[in-house]
Amino acid sequence: MSVESVFPRLEPLLPKVAKPVQYVGGELNATTKEWDAVAVRWALMYPDAYEVGVANQGVMILYEVLNERPDALAERTYSVWPDLEELMRAHGVPQFTVDAHRPVGAFDVFGISFATELGYTNMLTALDLAGIPLHASERGLDDPIVLGGGHAAFNPEPIAEFLDAAVLGDGEEAVGEITDILRDWKAAGRPGGRDELLTRLAETGNVYVPKFYDVRYLASGGIDTVLPNRERVPERVGKRTTMDLDEWPYPKQPLVPLAESVHERMSVEIFRGCTRGCRFCQAGMITRPVRERSIQGIGDMVHNGLEASGFQEVGLLSLSSADHSEIGEIAKGLADRYEGTNTGLSLPSTRVDAFNVDLANELSRNGRRSGLTFAPEGGSERIRRVINKIASEEDLIRTVSTAYASGWRQVKLYFMCGLPTETDEDVLQIAHMAHEVIRAGREASGRKDIRCTISIGGFVPKPHTPFQWAAQSDPATVDNRLRKLRAEVNSDRKLGRNIGMRYHDGEPSFIEGLLSRGDRRIGKVIERVWREGGRFDGWQERFSYQRWVDAADAELEPLGVSLAWFTTRERDELEVLPWDHLDSGLEKEWLWADWQDALNGEEQDDCRWTPCFDCGVCPTMGTSIQVGPSGQPLLPISPV
Amino acid sequence: MAKLRLRYAKRGKLRFTSHRDIARAVERAVRKAHLPVAFSQGFSPHPKLSWIGAAPTGVASEAEYVEIQLVERRAPDVVRTALNAALPNGLTVLDVVDATGGSLAERIEASEWLLELPGIADDTLQAAAAALLAVPHVEVDRLTKNGMRKLDVRPAVLSLRTVRPEESGLPETPPEATTGVGPYGILAMVVRQTTPTVRPDDVLSALGVVAGLAPLVPVKATRVAQGRLDDAGGLVDPLLEDRGAGAAEVVHTGQPVQHVVD
Repeated sequence: MSVESVFPRLEPLLPKVAKPVQYVGGELNATTKEWDAVAVRWALMYPDAYEVGVANQGVMILYEVLNERPDALAERTYSVWPDLEELMRAHGVPQFTVDAHRPVGAFDVFGISFATELGYTNMLTALDLAGIPLHASERGLDDPIVLGGGHAAFNPEPIAEFLDAAVLGDGEEAVGEITDILRDWKAAGRPGGRDELLTRLAETGNVYVPKFYDVRYLASGGIDTVLPNRERVPERVGKRTTMDLDEWPYPKQPLVPLAESVHERMSVEIFRGCTRGCRFCQAGMITRPVRERSIQGIGDMVHNGLEASGFQEVGLLSLSSADHSEIGEIAKGLADRYEGTNTGLSLPSTRVDAFNVDLANELSRNGRRSGLTFAPEGGSERIRRVINKIASEEDLIRTVSTAYASGWRQVKLYFMCGLPTETDEDVLQIAHMAHEVIRAGREASGRKDIRCTISIGGFVPKPHTPFQWAAQSDPATVDNRLRKLRAEVNSDRKLGRNIGMRYHDGEPSFIEGLLSRGDRRIGKVIERVWREGGRFDGWQERFSYQRWVDAADAELEPLGVSLAWFTTRERDELEVLPWDHLDSGLEKEWLWADWQDALNGEEQDDCRWTPCFDCGVCPTMGTSIQVGPSGQPLLPISPV
Repeated sequence: MAKLRLRYAKRGKLRFTSHRDIARAVERAVRKAHLPVAFSQGFSPHPKLSWIGAAPTGVASEAEYVEIQLVERRAPDVVRTALNAALPNGLTVLDVVDATGGSLAERIEASEWLLELPGIADDTLQAAAAALLAVPHVEVDRLTKNGMRKLDVRPAVLSLRTVRPEESGLPETPPEATTGVGPYGILAMVVRQTTPTVRPDDVLSALGVVAGLAPLVPVKATRVAQGRLDDAGGLVDPLLEDRGAGAAEVVHTGQPVQHVVD
């Protein structure tokens, strides 16, 4: 039974909405397959606006991996803005994919990738527009399996009611395995119904099916136990790890949108995982071990991606790109190869290290030197020891002086506010650092017109990190510190006028904190916020703090817990955390020990260059770190 | 250095692209096709493409124009094939010529548009068109960045008539236009390019003012030709001069519509 495009019904609505191009698809390298020619159909969603979602690397990879299979197809869908949502409701147009404009409700799987928890309300909009019951328990045999993925899936408990299943970790292989299971179940006439399908998925050990687990609470408000409620379901669900990145050189055909997106470039992931051990960083913790793509693999992906897309810029992506064991050779090789071609190469720089400047210089050999970014994350050396982001102020000044002397005009520095043990003084040190940066930069460059931008985000404690036990700072504390910081930056007018300051209010981060470390009781809060109009909560101008506070009060107080209980409360060692049954590979004992080290200001080295410190990932997951150097050159381009 | 002039179409779903969207897509296609495009000098070099007008967002077109500066000559046919392989579906290069001098922009003074009006009968449309042509001025409201503005549409409208779906020559007339399920009106009009520009939806608003025409669904508009006006009120292919000696042999890929000048 084929499925009709909703485009003829959507098209008359498009002239009435803002930026209609975001709803029409038509990207270069997009794929549309015959509905009836495949057994398993996936709708993949990034629950944010098209301009953000279309550039998402994870969705792009899974889209291509699935479409390469002869027995499957994948299409993409994104959040529609409220102007179109209203028209779609008025005209009965369902949530659609941008590829063939097929209704999302007709697919077998509705996969949603969560990079941030603030996308949860957008998921509810999409489910509702798709005509899929919001609650997993109300779905029937013909409804899609609603599947969560992405980093937020490492604690999907707040959206457990809405998800049929969640996948932890890397998706490349997981989507294939799920497709196989679905295909076989459908071919056999869907034996045992939806529950049997979900049980088969759960049996793999890597797919979490929330409804197969019962949560029991203590009178104190905490969790007593989380236990499977049926046979064939594992007590703990493990993450997937794709070990050989060279076997998965995706995206091979990067999607090139017609509409402007947040990334006007293609990205090549040069390694996955990070063992730097920054204690606030969930990505660094849950993606271990480090797995490098080979230098030849990187060279091929850059070449093939540029050929397929026509992009003018390539970003070398990873959690800490300068840490690739052969990054020097990669930078030089690519700079040589693309000399004189107007091809931009960039390395999202994060660590404060003069070597990063050398790399950036190499990559921008023929191009412009506009801005360099470093992430000291903490203003004082003390707080940097707490978060395990080790860099002295002298390192930073030396690094930025090198940058300004090499012709860079702008340096961006990233920081966080609201970190565990933080005081006003730690944050005010940011101003001191920025002043020193300008002073040193003027001296090094001999110019007055250099710029330094400090960008500050509110810290959100995340599951599966040493800070998962930490008390989150309340918005007033964060906002107050940032006000003081602004005054301190401007206290020296001559230096302050070259310093830009960017920050967000503490309130969205506070709600992100609720959603990050929440348990199943938060589902009612999310649903209430959504019913009261919550949409696009990741967008400052659409976020309503009051709506969240009111919903939390209404839904949580009767249960004896509260917004504060989930956020500003420090957890103790023995508390059962909502995500304890979800296994990132990290030993809880190790995380606790690292949390204690943080409180004592003790540093932790990187296991790539020092002995194993037993975080637990490699033995638990049967993996190992994979780094070079291979000693291989960047291969010359062979004609394709 | 060699300059090429291109005529291209934006069709189907891509009618919702803005001019900036198209400019990015064409720049990428030029790179992807490995054309030896010239770059501007300076801090942030960009490929030398110059755009001649641009159909509004939401309007399809069979006659958009761009000039591309190359550092060495490439045969027009080779360029057309290479670009079409590199462009997304819905953007199609129809014609490429070597520029022989002169200004392309000066060869364009009017556009021909087709407006599809499903649900409106041909005779209703004919009456509305006649009513518009019968008056010297028609003011309409147009929403601009600075709020609502009054615009006199009438002087720019050089001709206005109805055509039958099967003779419109539209690349993608929907099936309901020819199956006879309900009326499907199509208006053809030649509009002079003025400042401020009179756009197809302005003409539609004018038809609303003079004849109370209120289409049931938003109209699809397609630009089918641009050029200088000839003595008969038709449009002269702006690339004609560049074709030189062989020009007479080249069949203009535009519309076989006869223009009626009031």
